[in-house]
Amino acid sequence: MVRALLNVPKRARVGEIIEIRLLISHPMESGQRRGPNGQPYPRDIIHSLRAEFDGELVVELDLYPAIAANPFFAFTMQAEHSGTLSLTWIDDHDTVQTEHAQIEVA
Amino acid sequence: MIRRHFLTIAATAAIIHPAHASQAEIAALIRELAAGRPVAKGRITLEVPELVENGNAVSIVAHVDALPGEVRAIHVFANGNPLPHVLTARFGPRAGRPRIATRFRLATSQTVTAIAEMADATLHSDEVDVLVTLAACIE
Amino acid sequence: MRHALFALLLLTPLTLAAAPRSGHDDAGLSIQAMQDDDTQNPGMLWVAQGEAMWDANAGTGQRCASCHGAITAMRGVAARYPAWDPTQNRPLSLWQRINHCRTDHQGAEALDVESDAMLSLTAALGHQSRGMPVSIATDGPMAEVIETGRRLHQTRQGQLNLSCAQCHDDLAGHHLAGSRIPQGHGNGYPEYRLEWQTLGSLWRRVRNCLTGVRATPYAADSAEMVAIEAYLAARAQGLNVETPAVRP
Ligand code: HEC
Ligand code: HEC
Repeated sequence: MVRALLNVPKRARVGEIIEIRLLISHPMESGQRRGPNGQPYPRDIIHSLRAEFDGELVVELDLYPAIAANPFFAFTMQAEHSGTLSLTWIDDHDTVQTEHAQIEVA
Repeated sequence: MIRRHFLTIAATAAIIHPAHASQAEIAALIRELAAGRPVAKGRITLEVPELVENGNAVSIVAHVDALPGEVRAIHVFANGNPLPHVLTARFGPRAGRPRIATRFRLATSQTVTAIAEMADATLHSDEVDVLVTLAACIE
Repeated sequence: MRHALFALLLLTPLTLAAAPRSGHDDAGLSIQAMQDDDTQNPGMLWVAQGEAMWDANAGTGQRCASCHGAITAMRGVAARYPAWDPTQNRPLSLWQRINHCRTDHQGAEALDVESDAMLSLTAALGHQSRGMPVSIATDGPMAEVIETGRRLHQTRQGQLNLSCAQCHDDLAGHHLAGSRIPQGHGNGYPEYRLEWQTLGSLWRRVRNCLTGVRATPYAADSAEMVAIEAYLAARAQGLNVETPAVRP
């Protein structure tokens, strides 16, 4: 499965506020849903996500089982210079995933 | 009769555990967050559709009327979910507008609360009551 | 409740208006926005996966692209499925057509209709036709298939003894247990259904409706399922392909 679709403008003006949109393929199994035998499916969610631009924090998310399956996130950042946006998230299996995007600022 | 039948199917499929957080639980979470500070209404705006056709993925946007850097964090709680905490977003030095959008689950009709924690340590809140209807044909 | 339903069934049928109405327009604005904006549409995760599969080796090594070129060359193909296959002398749904390419041309194993891989391929191919009118052939051998599908659509089934047409032609626009009954078109499949929390095939959707009336669902590979799908496509003429659609 393609893990994620990251949408960011490739170019921005100095000081411009740009929007970052992210779709991730993940069941976000809440641990609350019960299977046919009455037992809950074990919890498996992305519990944290961090966005950095050239090592500086943009936003950090603590996520709980209420976040929908195949989650969508949108937030903004302010670009002062060209650099790399990196998004990293971790789920209950300790799987760490990262997406990068280069942004040209001029 | 059809209606009742479809509802029975819905009930036995038990999509989301019916238990939900109590008002007291939410109040306790907010008290813990506030640590004695007052929570004022306003400045933060929560956008959630008031009528939701399916609680499995509800669009939510929380934004604060403030400049980048003025907001430390946004917290979202839902009092009708089995676990009331939905998310916390902490903004760093590269953050743009204090705004976060996502999709979340609503187990039933309920009140959703967003709290903004400002850099000056003040707290602001907004609340929306959401009505959730369910899809009829489910497995 | 029983009383309300009988009253509903006694209403003069709201005959299908001249222009068919997509389930998109019956959904709430926030669900419409989820479908209309690719950066928010979770179905795009499968489209991207299917596009990657199109260009990747499978089976004995041929890629879909080796024979067909870029996937964009498939624009318009999904819009005319199910289509008659003269070599097998039967109608094929898009996923069955893909499986023939996999087994006969790629030396790969056939995929289940609901497998992640098949949903990805059908989503990617369906997406190439997005915005194009549903344009199934209604003449030649397909005429009879569509007629079989029309009869099935009007046949009462299951313990509730209801036909597809009773809900989707006569009661479309009314409400059932809180949700609006749509005209029940198949122009957006595979489709992301919030109820499923994932992408699913038209077969899965029809299975949901059949189990809803306590009838035995059609097998994915059955002649009935292709016939129903063909009739739904003929009935949806005037609508555009929406793959990947989003519904509650
Ligand atoms: C070795 C060549 C070859 C490969 C590889 C191949 N196909 Fe095909 N495909 C064909 C041929 C030839 C046809 C025409 C019908 C026939 O003779 O089977 C066709 C027909 C089709 C059609 C129907 C087109 C129409 O206009 O109705 C679709 C859809 C399709 N292929 C999808 C795929 C997909 C998806 C893959 C990869 C999983 C694939 N094909 C791999 C040769 C190939
Ligand atoms: C009891 C009424 C009822 C019957 C009978 C019924 N359906 Fe449905 N169908 C619904 C409802 C209600 C929905 C809307 C989805 C929901 O909320 O469950 C739906 C949705 C659909 C959709 C999805 C439309 C879209 O926009 O994606 C299709 C396709 C469909 N039905 C086909 C059928 C077929 C084919 C049959 C007969 C085999 C059938 N239905 C029988 C009530 C019914």
